[in-house]
Order: sequence, then C-alpha cells, then structure tokens
Amino acid sequence: MAARNRAKLPYLLVAPAVALLTLFVVAPGVYALVLSFQARKVVGGLLGGGSKLVFVGFDNYGLALADPELWASIVRMLLVALLFIPATVGFALLFALLLDVPRVRLARSTRLAIFLPYAVPGVIASLMWGFMYLPATSPIGGDHVDFFGSTTVFFSVANVAVWGSVGFNMIVIFTALRSLPAELYEAARIDGCSELRMALRIKVPLVLPAIAMCTLFTALASLQLFNEPNTLRPLSNAISSTWVPLMKIYEDAFVDSDVNKAAATSVLFVIAALAVSFVASRTVSRVNR
Amino acid sequence: MTVSVNSGRIRLLPTAALVLGAIYCVVPTLWILIAATKSKTDLFSTATYLPSFGAGIWQNIVDLSTYQGGIFWQWMLNSFGYALIGGVVASLVSAACGYGIALYEFRGRKVVFNVILACVLLPQIVLAIPQYLLLSNVGLTDSYLGVLLPQLFNPYGIYLCRIYAASSVPQSLLEAGRIDGASEWKLFHTVGLRLMGPGLITVFLLQFIAIWNNFLLPFVMVNSDSKFPLTVGLYSLLRHGAAEASLYSLVITGTLLSVLPVIALFLSLQRYWRLDLVTGALK
Repeated sequence: MAARNRAKLPYLLVAPAVALLTLFVVAPGVYALVLSFQARKVVGGLLGGGSKLVFVGFDNYGLALADPELWASIVRMLLVALLFIPATVGFALLFALLLDVPRVRLARSTRLAIFLPYAVPGVIASLMWGFMYLPATSPIGGDHVDFFGSTTVFFSVANVAVWGSVGFNMIVIFTALRSLPAELYEAARIDGCSELRMALRIKVPLVLPAIAMCTLFTALASLQLFNEPNTLRPLSNAISSTWVPLMKIYEDAFVDSDVNKAAATSVLFVIAALAVSFVASRTVSRVNR
Repeated sequence: MTVSVNSGRIRLLPTAALVLGAIYCVVPTLWILIAATKSKTDLFSTATYLPSFGAGIWQNIVDLSTYQGGIFWQWMLNSFGYALIGGVVASLVSAACGYGIALYEFRGRKVVFNVILACVLLPQIVLAIPQYLLLSNVGLTDSYLGVLLPQLFNPYGIYLCRIYAASSVPQSLLEAGRIDGASEWKLFHTVGLRLMGPGLITVFLLQFIAIWNNFLLPFVMVNSDSKFPLTVGLYSLLRHGAAEASLYSLVITGTLLSVLPVIALFLSLQRYWRLDLVTGALK
C-alpha cells in the first residue's frame, strides 16, 4: 500500500501544474497556431450568405509581414530597447557595486527606495510619469521641454521602464556580489588596491553571469513593451495605437477584429521571444562556464 | 587620523550617488502625493511643487469614492482578490510540483521539468491574446476566473521551488518518516511544506506582485467595469479623462491610493522578503 502510494504521489503533486500548463500555455499556443492558418471568408449566396473559416496556408503570415505598421512598431521597440537595456543594467550594476562598498552610508534605506518601484505596476508608473511629463502639471519643466516630441518620446517611454526595473536587477547583481567570498578582497586591500579598481578588476568579472542574466531579463521585457506606451497614449498624440508590436497585435485582434492576422503575428512574436531567450540563455550559460 | 578622515571622504561619493538614485525612485510617488492634495482647478493653475493645504485631498478622495458608485474601491478589492488568491494557489501548485520533481524519481520527470524551464523563458504576456481567444470559446471571458486561472501557472515559481525543495528537505528525514509509518502525502504537507516555508513566501510575494502589476491579461479578458483590477480601472479612467480634464485629479488621487497600500505591504513584509532567494541562490 505504502509502496503504491509512493509511486502515485509524485504524479499527483505534478498534476495540477501540468494541467494548468496544458490548459493555459499549450492549448492557447496550439489554438493561435490553428487560427493563424485560417481566415474568415465571406461565402456569398442568394440566400443571404455569411462567413466561414477556411484554411489559407501562410497567407496571414504574408499579410502580417507585409504590413509596414508592424515593421515600424518593431523599429520603435528596438529604439526603446537600445535606451532601456543599457540604462537598466548599467545603473543596476552601478548601484549594486556602490551598495557593496564597505561602510557606505544609508545602504539599507537607499536599497529599499530603489527597489520599491518594482512593486508599482507599469500602468501606475506610467500614470505618475505621464503627469510629470504633461506640460500642464509637470514639475520637471514639461512646459519648457517637450517630453512627447518625436525624439524625446523614446526617452520618456524608456525612462518609465528603467524606473520600474533598475531595483530588481540591482538586487540580482547585489546578491551575486554578496555571495563572493570576502577573502577575495582582503589580499587586494592589503596590496593597496583602491575600491574602484577592485570593483572593475575583481567584482565585475566575477558577477558577469548575473549581469548577463539581467540583460536577458531586460531584453525579454523590451519585447513585451506594452503598458508604458499604451498608458501614455491618452496623454499625447506622439504615441500611435500601433506604437510597439504588442499594441499592433492588440489593435489587429480587438480594433480591426482580424483575429487570424493577430494570431499569425502572435505566433511570430512567440518565436522571436523564444529565439531571443534561447540565444541569450546560451550566452548566459557560456559566461557561467 | 588622516587615514580615517581620508576614508570618510571617499565613502561620501558612493553614498551621494545612492541617495541620488533613491531620490529618482521616490520622486514620482512624492509628486503624486502633492498633486493629489490639489483641487481640480488648482491642479493646472498652482505651482506644481507646492502642495495645497486646503480641503483638496479630502474632496478628491470623496469625489473618487463616489465616482460611479464607488467603483474605485471595487477595483482595489478586485486587485487584492486576484493577487491574493492567485498568489496563494500558484505558490501551492508550484510547491507541490517543485517538491515532486526534486524528491521523487518517476517517469516523465525530466520532460516535465524541461518543458517548465522552457516556459520560464517564454514571456507569459505574449500568451494573453491567445488565452483570450481560447477562453472566449468556453465562455470564461469577462469573468473573475478568466483573469485568475491563467495566472495560477508560474513556471519560475516551480523552478525556484524545485531548488528550495532539493536543498531544504533532506531525503533522510523523509525516510525516517516513512519508517514511522507516515504516508507520502502527510510527509509532503507536514515536513516538505514546512521546510520550504521561507522560499514559499518569496514565491508567493513574487507572484502576488506579478498579478498585482498585470495589465494586458485583465485588459483583454474583462470588459465589465466591476471586474477590473486597479491597473485596468485607472487606465479606463485616464482614457475618459482625455475628453474631460476634470477626471485627471481623480486619476491622480486613484494612483496615489493604489500605490500606498503596496508600499505599506512591502515595507511591513520586508522581513519576509528573502531577496537572496529571488534568484535561487542558496548558501
């Protein structure tokens, strides 16, 4: 009895997770794949007529990839990513190294303050920054600087994203720094090595895996960029309804009601995300070695 | 003497840089606090950095609380409901799965774990629209369950739980329990869950915040106001505000009221945040 129980329990333990995985990851994925190969065609006839789903092969993919709005949204996403990734990882690394300086003051409270935005939803962060950018209410000179100009808007969007993610990445790098053995520094200190040299020559190379992991996190986050531009949109007409790829997919699915084209774009998007993850995680594990 | 003065001066720069970073992170919240004290007309007319000491903030809170029959508080309740229920259930599902994979040999174990690991790398948010399309076939859209169910699967949580279980639950303890006649199930919930405790709290907090912060899933899934979480509710209020500027002060007040409880929760649970556990790093 006990032996049988022992053989059964692991399956029972894993079952809920596997069921959820099947229902809410695999099934939607497969369903999107099916939809992406179909299109709603009007079937006319003398008796009214209607529409039905027919198999169209790769037509939706062709349609999606030929859409200049999709490419424009990808370029805008890349521009934001170009600001967002280095700024987030750079500041996260800087703050983590500063926190690790021996006897630095106010370390606990500043660490907490920098981590706090992590608990603020992207939408709420965008609302706060949005009102700070808005000329009528801006406390940071929005009446002199146009935060929603054709160039500045990229900085404005990236800034909200950086604000929300520096803290978490700082903690990841800081944790890695803390797990390094203290003896490592003793010898260097005795040799008269300055804190700055020690940070650049010893600490940074040793936490390279954590830095690589943060780069992967932020690269994935840039692909998913949606909340910030979508929330800032009602405040400015510099942001179009298809500003980034996810907004474009949303627009296709819910505004243009072209579910099949949206499904095709979603599938392409998932493939792109997995490709980024795969390449990046390979890089991470190579750095680890 | 000179040495200590010298090293004191050197530490000033890192401290100053950290303080600057902290200010950058705190300023938006402080400013929203100031802006929320202003009445609708003051918001656009007074100096932005000066708070109003009139009845502005109370009037704003009253206005927000009476807006559409107090729907703001319904949103607040929904957000807490989604995050709390989703966080607890997702952590239990993750704990069970992580424990099972870490401590038992069974057929399919490797496959299950590798698939889950692949899911960690798949941004869940790209699934929101396919999830909506699928759930609309079974009539689960525009329901609490439609928002809750897809967020119960947390691959990163399972990954962390596997690490915690492997490092905190010794096989020898389970063997001892077996000899004493305890059932496998009993061992899981008395020994396993207890030893994984600190890690589980971290998994719960991570998932709580992930659900609390989620926007796209409830945004596509739900269209009746009464089921919105705060993020979707405030966004819809802002959209109306674009046509009617007097709603802006409601949005600002709502933003403040939605940030405060999380910050309070965050600070009070600080003790339980095992930040070192977030990355799965274990001593």
